[in-house]
Amino acid sequence: MWADAGLVAGKDLRIELRSRVALHQVLPFSFVVLVLFAFALDPDRDVLQRAAPGLFWVAVLLTSLLATQRSFAIEAADGNRDGLRMSGLDPAGLFLGKAGAVAAQLLLLEALLLFGVSVLYGIALRSFGLLALTCLLATLGLAAAGTVYGAMSFGLRVRETLLPLLVLPVLAPVLLAATRSFEAALGGAPRETFGWLGLLAAFAALYAVVGLFGFGPLLEES
Amino acid sequence: MTLAVHLRSAVCLLGRYPALAGVDLDVRVGEVVLLAGPNGAGKSTLLRACAGLEPVLEGTAVVLGHDLRVDRRSVRRQLGLVGHATSLYDDLSVLDNVRFTVRARGGFEGSVEPALVRLGLDGRLRHVPVARLSAGQRRRCTLAALVACDAELWLLDEPHAGLDAEGRDLVDQLVGDARDRGRTVIMASHDLDRASAVASRQVTIEAGTARRGPSPVAPVTSEASGVG
Amino acid sequence: MTTTATSTSPARRVSSLLGWASLILVGATVGLGLVLPKTQEQAEYSRLIAVHPPAAWASYVAVGVAAVAAIGHLVTRRASWDRVTIASLEVGAVFTAITLATGSIWGRPTWGVWWEWDARLTTEALLLAVLLGAVALRRSLAPGRGRAVITSVAALATVGLLPVIHFSVLWWRSQHQVGTLLSPDPASNADNPYIVAMLLGFVAFSVLFAWLVVQRVRIEALEEAYDEVLLDRAITDRRAEARPASEVPV
Repeated sequence: MWADAGLVAGKDLRIELRSRVALHQVLPFSFVVLVLFAFALDPDRDVLQRAAPGLFWVAVLLTSLLATQRSFAIEAADGNRDGLRMSGLDPAGLFLGKAGAVAAQLLLLEALLLFGVSVLYGIALRSFGLLALTCLLATLGLAAAGTVYGAMSFGLRVRETLLPLLVLPVLAPVLLAATRSFEAALGGAPRETFGWLGLLAAFAALYAVVGLFGFGPLLEES
Repeated sequence: MTLAVHLRSAVCLLGRYPALAGVDLDVRVGEVVLLAGPNGAGKSTLLRACAGLEPVLEGTAVVLGHDLRVDRRSVRRQLGLVGHATSLYDDLSVLDNVRFTVRARGGFEGSVEPALVRLGLDGRLRHVPVARLSAGQRRRCTLAALVACDAELWLLDEPHAGLDAEGRDLVDQLVGDARDRGRTVIMASHDLDRASAVASRQVTIEAGTARRGPSPVAPVTSEASGVG
Repeated sequence: MTTTATSTSPARRVSSLLGWASLILVGATVGLGLVLPKTQEQAEYSRLIAVHPPAAWASYVAVGVAAVAAIGHLVTRRASWDRVTIASLEVGAVFTAITLATGSIWGRPTWGVWWEWDARLTTEALLLAVLLGAVALRRSLAPGRGRAVITSVAALATVGLLPVIHFSVLWWRSQHQVGTLLSPDPASNADNPYIVAMLLGFVAFSVLFAWLVVQRVRIEALEEAYDEVLLDRAITDRRAEARPASEVPV
C-alpha cells in the first residue's frame, strides 16, 4: 500500500511540476481572493486584522476545492476514467497518494498565503509552532475529505458543480476550528488551541478512515 | 484446454441499456480472436466486461480463472486493455507514462526500454510530453505500455484506427509476437481483411449477442509475421 | 427478486398502524401545545417547545438510522438496507428543515431577528446542507449496486461528521454567550405541562419518522421493481434485434 501511495503521489507531484497549474493558477487565485476580501470589507485596517484568520481559512478552503478538482481532472483526460481502475494499484494506496499530493501542494500554498496575509492585512505572526500544527492538521483533513468526495463524484458529468455542494458544508467544521485555533494562537492564548486542534485531528482521522476503506468501492462504482 | 475467457449468457448494462444481452463466448489460451460486427453491437462493452470494468449482471463470466461476478478487480493486473481513448497523463513524457504503468502493475522495469524501441518511441520522442504527440504516436505509447507490462490477455478495441500503414503493420506484428509467446488476444476491428490475417478465429457480435463467424481461410503459421 | 410492501399483508398492517399512530400522536402533541398556558417571556411562541426539540431529535435519529442501515448494506449487500438508508437521509432532511423553521420562529421574539447563530440551529443548518448534498449525489447516480455503496459511504461520513460539527459549533458559540436561548432544558421552562408536551412530541415525531421512512422505502422498492421490468423488456428487445440462430455458443 505505501509503495503504491508513494508512486501515485510522486506521479501527481511530477505532473504538477511539469504543468505548474498550482503555481500559475491556484496560487494567484488564492491571492486574488485575499484582495477581494479587502475590497469587500472596510478598508480600515482594524476590520481586516480581526477577520484575518477567518479570511485566510476561507481562501484556503476555496483553494483546496481547486486542488481536489485538479487532482481528479488529470485522471479523466480524454474523458477516460479507466486508467485508475485498470492500473492495478491498491485503492488504499491510491487514496493516500492522491490525498498526500494534494496536502503537500496545499501546505506550500498555505505558507505563501500566510506570508500574504501578514503583509496585506498587517498581521503580526507569532506562535509559529501552533500555527504550523493547525495548518498541518487542517490540511490533512481538507485533503482527505476532498479526495473522498472527489472519488464519489468522479464518474459524474456534473462533477464540477456537484463537488463544491458536497464538500463545502462538510469542510465547515475545519474552517471553524482552524480559524479559532489561529485566533487563539495569534491572540496569545495558546492553551485555547488544544480543543480546536483536537477537533481538526478527529476530522482528519474520520476522513482518513473513510478514504482508506471506501476509496476502492467508490472508484469502482462511480 | 484452458479457457482464457468463458462467458455464458452474459448480460452487461451501460446505464440502463443492455449493451450485452446474453453473450456466449469461449476463448482458449493462446488464441487470437477477432470480434467483428456493426457499430453499437456491443464489441467495446464485451472487451470492457472481460477487463472487469463493466459489471456482468447475469450469466457466467470467468476470465483468466477469475469469476468476474464475484471479484472483477483482481483480474486486471493480468490483462491489458487498449481502447479508443488513451489512459495517458498529458503532462508526463512517454517514458514517464510507460514507466508509471509498469511500476503500478509491479512489472519488470527493464522491459520499458525494449518496448519503447519496438514501438519506435526511443530517441528524442521518449522525453516529449504526451500532449504534444499526434494521435497515432499516443496510440503507440499506449501499446508500448501494453507490451512492457506483458499481460497474459490482450483486449484491443480497434487498435488499427487512426494509425498510418506503418503503424497498422506494427500492430499486426505485435499481435503476432504476443501469440507466439502464448498470450491470448481478443481484438475488435472493422478492418476485417487485415485483422483476419492474424486471427485464428472470428466471432461476430450483433445486438449484444455473439454468433459464430467464418474462420479465416489462411491457417495461422508459427512465423512471426502478421501481414497476410 | 424484490418484494414490495404492498404485496405482503403484515407489512401493510404495520404501515397502517404506524400511520394511524403518528396521526393521533402528532395531533395530540399539537393539541396539547395549543392548549397549554403561555409563558410570560415567550408568549405564544413558547408552544413551539412541543415541536422544535422533537423535530431536532427526529433529525438526529434519522442520521443514526441511516448509518445503521448503511452498515447493514455494506455487510449484507442487500438492497433493502440501502432503501432504508436513502429514506432516512431524505426524511432526516425534512425534519432538519422543520427544526430550522421552528427554531427560527421561536427565536424571533427572543432575539428580535430571524437568525442568531445559535449553536443548535447552526449545527442543524450544516446538517441540512450535508444531507441535501448526499441526496443530490444519490439522485445523480444510475440505479444499481454502485449507487447503493456510494450512498452508504456518504451516510457513514455524515454520521461521523455530526459530532465534529456539534462540538465545533458548540464551542464556537460558548465563547460568545452564556447558553443557548433555545435551551430544551426543562429547568428553563420548569412547568410540568411543557415537559409533558415536549415528551409527547418526542414520541409522536419518532413514530412519524418511522411511518415516513416506511412509505419512502415502499416507493423506492416500487421504483426498483419498475426498473427491473423495463430492463427485462429492454433485454428482450435487444435480443430480438439479432438475426435468428444466434444462440449457438462459439
